[in-house]
Amino acid sequence: MVRTADLLPLAVAVPLLGAVVLVTVGRWLPRIAIDALVTVWAVLQVACLSWLWLRTGDGRSVSWLGGWTPVHGESVGIVLVGDRIGIGIALLTGALVLAVVVYSWRYFDEPPVEHAGTFPALILLFEAGMCGFALTGDLFDAFVFFELMGAVAYALTGYRIEDPRPVQGALIFGVVNSLGAYCSLLGIGLVYARTGELGLAQIGVKLAGHRPDALLSVAFVLIVTGLLVKAAVVPLHFWLPDAHSVAPTPVCMLLSGVMVELAVYGTARVYWVVFSGPHGIAQPHLRAVFVAAGVLTALVGGVMCWQQRHLKRLLAFSTVAHVGLFLTGAALLTPAGTAGVALYVAAHAGVKAALFATTGVLLDRHGSVDEHGLYRRGRDLPLTGALFTLGGLALAGLPPFGTALGKAVTEHAGEGRFPWLPVVFVLVSALTGGAVLRAGARIFAGAGPRPRERYAGPETTGGGEEPEIRDPQRRIPVPMLAVPAVLLAGALAVGLLPGLGVALARAARQFTDRAAYTAAVRGHPVAWAGPVPDVGWSAEGVLLALASTALAALLAAAAVWGPALRSPWAGRVRAACESVGRHVVVPLRRLHSGHLGDYVAWLAVGVAVLLVAMTV
Amino acid sequence: MTVLPFLTAGWIFLAGVYGLVTSRNIIQAVGCLAVAQSSTYVLLLTVGYRRGGIAPYFTDTPLRTRTVDPVVQALALTDIVVGATVTALLLALAMQIRKRHGTVDPDALTGLKG
Repeated sequence: MVRTADLLPLAVAVPLLGAVVLVTVGRWLPRIAIDALVTVWAVLQVACLSWLWLRTGDGRSVSWLGGWTPVHGESVGIVLVGDRIGIGIALLTGALVLAVVVYSWRYFDEPPVEHAGTFPALILLFEAGMCGFALTGDLFDAFVFFELMGAVAYALTGYRIEDPRPVQGALIFGVVNSLGAYCSLLGIGLVYARTGELGLAQIGVKLAGHRPDALLSVAFVLIVTGLLVKAAVVPLHFWLPDAHSVAPTPVCMLLSGVMVELAVYGTARVYWVVFSGPHGIAQPHLRAVFVAAGVLTALVGGVMCWQQRHLKRLLAFSTVAHVGLFLTGAALLTPAGTAGVALYVAAHAGVKAALFATTGVLLDRHGSVDEHGLYRRGRDLPLTGALFTLGGLALAGLPPFGTALGKAVTEHAGEGRFPWLPVVFVLVSALTGGAVLRAGARIFAGAGPRPRERYAGPETTGGGEEPEIRDPQRRIPVPMLAVPAVLLAGALAVGLLPGLGVALARAARQFTDRAAYTAAVRGHPVAWAGPVPDVGWSAEGVLLALASTALAALLAAAAVWGPALRSPWAGRVRAACESVGRHVVVPLRRLHSGHLGDYVAWLAVGVAVLLVAMTV
Repeated sequence: MTVLPFLTAGWIFLAGVYGLVTSRNIIQAVGCLAVAQSSTYVLLLTVGYRRGGIAPYFTDTPLRTRTVDPVVQALALTDIVVGATVTALLLALAMQIRKRHGTVDPDALTGLKG
């Protein structure tokens, strides 16, 4: 009989083994055998994680690797800890990897001839890194999995090395993220110097017996720096649009759908288990700083998303905006906020991956992801257009999609302390959803006048992208449309399945319970404490969600048909919009210069600001 | 424990960051990243250092001998492996950038902006 805890190391080992198998035997296998093998492997991983989710239930699974269990409370071993939030995000990763694998059956027409099997092997390696990061209970191990996931992500981003832009995006991604990771390692070193422990729970226990001082705050800031870089929090976000706009579409589905969110999960986990103890970082202080960072990220992401004409870049900035909302929700430091974010992340992953998948169809067919260049050219793809529009509506928060439910629960959780929070959520959802709807209306319906070709400020157009296949006029393969449809159905299910919401609410209560985590790692199960947050649909939440959807549709309509209106009133509005654009948006766009040195400088500024904010 | 090694680690890290910000050559920038990373080795080894401690091998020494902390040495070793991988990957990308763009100057790479 397999013990539940034994499934934890298996969840990391299965994809790792799969990668090894694919790299070694891949060169002798035909394409179809490689695809079948990697699909079977992805299904196996989903099955393993589902089993783990079911068997762990509302408890926690703890596994000391290699049998290095603690002796008299002292340990040198490495521990994996699974609870519902951790296993849940690993399961989300597994499901998305499966979707990506199926999507790429027919996506790349030409696998590299000498290295067949490299791409699926890298995807499985990426999955191992992400699942390991979600399940680890050890700070240094988290760093190692973080770097594994990072290194594979850089390689996957620059996968098409023949193309000039991906190599550039991958280099920026690699340098900025590695620098952030080294900041984390410095912080881990400082924490080890103070406590002599590396396990999350053990560090937390040791820190609780020590008076708080500047070293603790500095260590906390350094550790979360790496995570916040990966989570693309302003001003550490500059690498993300560059990397996501150039990576192959299936990779974007993973990067935007789950990797960035994992970093938010990591930040919350590190805070709750390590630094939220009696003498740790004070909750009100952390809440103020991180809600401010989250709101800033959401607004910058929303505005930049609205300005894009490069579709993948548009979706990348939409991810920045949503990560801002996730960080805000997690920084509320309440079980209700955490539950809302968990629902939001699950649904957002499906929607964002579906949107990238449909963009991939456009790239496949027309060799471009430029909204203006593709004007009216998508009219022969009605099904793709329908999926794209549905994705835009879901992104804006149309009920009963899970995005709307997650947004409503998070808004409700934050209203008491920050009454203006729903305004930010509605505005940002409307901006990101509206941008997608605008692009969809122009491309698939040919709505409005032809957009102008030139723009005053700096921009990336998205024309002249290399299609990732040999024959642009082939029929669209079935998996490339079935996958986004299933992903959108999944996002819908997140909003409709009542059991999932309740499970995540209980999981969120468990996630924010530091004492229970510590006790579980030490082998003493603890009884429940605290009420389960309410995560059902509320009238207020539905109204706000409908408001943001309506606002998104309105914004899209104004952008598409506004330039054609001939009344003096419309002229005044246009002039006002252009003035705002010149004075606010163009300077903001100039900051996104694509220059490595600038981005590293912004990283240093961000860390300095965070250090000042957390130590003062 | 003196504070000097910690300040040294901080100084090395900042020197690497300064190099990254001002570098006009991508290969040099990757080198600067490696410099920033070497600050983590200094910090980790400082944390585990014990005055008068020997290397943590117990073949022919009594068990009570004072040794330096082996855990941080394992961490530094892992860190080196991670760093070598990332540096190799980034240098490969730099080579590819030279091939595709014909330059290794970050100022000349203007394909992605706005």
